[in-house]
Amino acid sequence: MQLKTESMTLNMGPQHPSTHGVLRLELEIEGELVLNVIPHLGYLHRCFEKHAEAMQYNQVVPYTDRLDYLASIGNNFGYAITVEKLLGIKVPERVEYIRVIMAELQRIASHQVALGSNGADLGAFTPFLYLFRDREHILSIIEETCGARMLYNYIWVGGLSHDVHPDFVFKTKEFVEYYKPMIVELDNLLSYNKIFIERTANVGILPLDTAINFGASGPTLRGSGIKFDLRRDDPYSIYDRFDYDIPFGQGLQGTVGDCWDRYYVRVREMEQSLKIIEQAIDQIPEGDVKSAIPKRIKPPKGTAYARVENPRGELGYFIISDGNTNPFRVKVRAPSFVNLEVLGELCKGNLVSDVVAILGSIDIVLGEVDR
Amino acid sequence: MKNPEEIFNLLKEKFGDSILGIDKDTPTEAIISINPGQIHRVSKFLRENEELKFDSLMCLSGVDDANGEKIKEEDGSEIIKGGTLSVYYHLHSVDLKHKITLKVSTPREDPKVESVENIWKSANWHEREAFDLVGIVFLNHPDLRRILMPYDWDEFTEEISRHPLRKDYKNPEFYQGMKVPY
Repeated sequence: MQLKTESMTLNMGPQHPSTHGVLRLELEIEGELVLNVIPHLGYLHRCFEKHAEAMQYNQVVPYTDRLDYLASIGNNFGYAITVEKLLGIKVPERVEYIRVIMAELQRIASHQVALGSNGADLGAFTPFLYLFRDREHILSIIEETCGARMLYNYIWVGGLSHDVHPDFVFKTKEFVEYYKPMIVELDNLLSYNKIFIERTANVGILPLDTAINFGASGPTLRGSGIKFDLRRDDPYSIYDRFDYDIPFGQGLQGTVGDCWDRYYVRVREMEQSLKIIEQAIDQIPEGDVKSAIPKRIKPPKGTAYARVENPRGELGYFIISDGNTNPFRVKVRAPSFVNLEVLGELCKGNLVSDVVAILGSIDIVLGEVDR
Repeated sequence: MKNPEEIFNLLKEKFGDSILGIDKDTPTEAIISINPGQIHRVSKFLRENEELKFDSLMCLSGVDDANGEKIKEEDGSEIIKGGTLSVYYHLHSVDLKHKITLKVSTPREDPKVESVENIWKSANWHEREAFDLVGIVFLNHPDLRRILMPYDWDEFTEEISRHPLRKDYKNPEFYQGMKVPY
């Protein structure tokens, strides 16, 4: 006799530790099998774009910190570049170098949270503590310079809010030396852990053409096996001066584009960031970091779209200027917002417990999803 | 790799009057204006043409141009009548590494634009966002609901407070019995 089955709806979130913030996923399940996922967003919506219209250009910078609060430097960076493009100004060399070093330090710190929480979601709590211990080093380096540990307001239009602390170069070098063996330790502890591989390899496979069509970017796109990085493919600032590799998914433990690949791309990216920092730290020229900051920002009429490679992917700012001191329209193309869209596609046909692994491997920050 | 002008000429040849013009005066990027009823056809061409291959939609933004007639209300606030709402499409080719910006404008009183969701999937949420915050209706969109604002925002508020990113938006006084400007 055939028994009749019926699908049921399960709400995951908004308060659920593995949704990384206030995200509600409406799962349609049949037993353990996920048939459909409908994300409901907006719990953190705070009208960033509307606020920005009421602010002067330089006043928007602290608000950008709060978009992707794990990678605030990157958000400042993207905004500053877009407004500079609109104004047509060039910033001093010293500023460029410090910006790049800060952004790469931030990328490592952000990936540490991503990798740690991905592991913690799947039950590996120890690597999480190891990664947070090392993240502390980066946060204290940045704190010494700009006084904050999370929301920095550091990169301003045309310059920086402060010059770096006198100890900055020394401490950064010390960190680079310290952290290299720690990545090996992380590999042994989590990346090649049998249980972790079982949970992530061959799970949530994202084919390359789907990834591009869904607009995925960052490690989520590269995990699908393409060497596409805006630092190299649409160079901004001074990234074209450094020698580094772009890690991409190769299906070492399973299929190209599975959760493990996305995880592993992040691990290898931390290495490459260290490599960039190593090259840049010795070349910082002397100079004044505030010399190019405009007294009054009043761009000509027009539009500008600029994008930077944030830890989570392509962060784009689209700014329309009507010739006033306030932006007419600021639109943020947040990487997490676009990457999250692919979740529904990835989860279909997987088990409920895999949803956690997939969401962790996409690595979203709700602050920029909801803006 | 093609520059915006070559792409414009290519489109003009293929679609004629549906391509309204190219705006090169903007300091940073050239923008090609397109008839809102033809955007789906043009997008399909841009994606499938071998020389263009725009396989990725970077960003889609709804914008209130605020270029209509501004009428002052008694309480000092402004209402905008007439004019246009616009949608900007930032396209990019992963293969060929070129970029282009498209723009369609639609009348403010009846804003309708064809959806490009079945060409680039990433348009789905971006279009929902533009519908939610600016109030542009995307025809043939499979799932046109609000995305950032509450789903029931319409039921409790007046027409002027439906879409927050419109320039004449006014905060509603109450939402579900809660005072809004707190």
